[in-house]
Amino acid sequence: MSLGTVLVSEEGIRKDGRKLNELRPMKLEVGILSNADGSAYVEQGKNKILAAVYGPREVHPRHLALPDRAVLQCRYHMAPFSVEERKSPAPSRREVELSKVIREALEPAVFLEKFPRTSIDVFIEVLQADGGTRCAGVTVASLALADAGIPMRDLVAACAAGKAGGHLVLDLNDLEDKEGEADVPVAYMPNYGAVALLQMDGLLTIEEFKQTMDLALEGCKQVYGLQKEALKAKYLAVRAEVEEVEEE
Amino acid sequence: MGKGEILPFFLENRQIVTPGDLLAEGDYLAGNNTYRQDARIYASRLGLVEYKGRLIQVVALNTFYVPSIGDQVIGKIVEINLHGWTVNINSPYMANLKASEALDRPFKPQRDELSDFLDIGDLILAKVISFDRTRDPSLTIREPELGKITYGQIIRVSPAKIPRIIGRKGSMITMLKKETRCNITVGQNGLIAISSRSREDEKMALLAIRKIEEEAHTLGLTDRVTEMLRKERGDVV
Repeated sequence: MSLGTVLVSEEGIRKDGRKLNELRPMKLEVGILSNADGSAYVEQGKNKILAAVYGPREVHPRHLALPDRAVLQCRYHMAPFSVEERKSPAPSRREVELSKVIREALEPAVFLEKFPRTSIDVFIEVLQADGGTRCAGVTVASLALADAGIPMRDLVAACAAGKAGGHLVLDLNDLEDKEGEADVPVAYMPNYGAVALLQMDGLLTIEEFKQTMDLALEGCKQVYGLQKEALKAKYLAVRAEVEEVEEE
Repeated sequence: MGKGEILPFFLENRQIVTPGDLLAEGDYLAGNNTYRQDARIYASRLGLVEYKGRLIQVVALNTFYVPSIGDQVIGKIVEINLHGWTVNINSPYMANLKASEALDRPFKPQRDELSDFLDIGDLILAKVISFDRTRDPSLTIREPELGKITYGQIIRVSPAKIPRIIGRKGSMITMLKKETRCNITVGQNGLIAISSRSREDEKMALLAIRKIEEEAHTLGLTDRVTEMLRKERGDVV
């Protein structure tokens, strides 16, 4: 530890001033793109991510259509300006993998079998990245799906936990991800009680892993609360406005 | 109706719920936009929960149109095929209109040119005559009030708001027609045709429909819209 940066101070405060089990400040917004059927935007610390959902709609190319359910197509993409060194806009190996991982995290939540022969297209655009974008991507995409009016078993909330500077920490940022010992992204459907995504990068003992997992699930539940609030916000605002007029 | 005497449910009527919210546990019926998992009923869409005796349903705040037999829809011709047309009805599935469902005499491909009847880009008022999960919906325009739409304006709203625009037993739409003096034809797929002799009246109808769309999930809407229309007209006249 003496060589690298000090990720966690002696008082248990992280580089960016957070406690060990504290999420980055998170702002969620729903329905911000008028051309998409559903959309959402998230700011989580320095992460800024946009998600758009189209469909269910006809599948192109046609041969991809499935006779008994909808296909979920997912594109995770980082804008060239989203990281410090310009990133080529062509999909990298990492982006292709994340697209698949995010799709597989969302698939169990959506009632795909209700809309055979169609496709539901999810686009996740990372405008600014600071670690944990796959989790934020899942979180924001599931909001966009709900906003599009696509029937779902539950919202998918995602959050990472891991080990940095010798401590188990929640919601790693880019620095902690790179310098730290381990990163465990988890996507979770709290009401449904199912884990939709679980990965691990780095080294943890079994005991540490269990604690990290609990920490991540706790984080997911907090994210879930924010998601629900964001979905309702738009409609509650209209209702409040109207009822205010009524009272006058 | 022994409402909730023995069976627990968890929310107030008309409360906003999100997908995955637990609505009730016990011997209930899962209505629209809900699903059952063992003895529990959850919401599957963002909407307002309604408890009607044993039936629990969610009135969705945003949906897309899923065709249903008997629905009146407004569609746009996008393709001319050998024996009919392909129609975009603002739904996940493209609809087919067979030539025999459009002409009132037998259709002969060697004699009839389909584009003489309906061309690409034409709008039609049609009725869904068949649809299931294995086949695309098919339409008919062989009924008196159905057919090509030749004048007026078309506006698009979320199909979830259509029941609100029609109102209970048609109360809202009757009021709209009377107050704005417009012909208003509502397609279940979220497209609405408005026509009137006066542009001003059409504008009023448009305004009213946008207001309904915006405030669909609030109470006492019909009265508020009536009031708005009367006030607006007071300024115009």
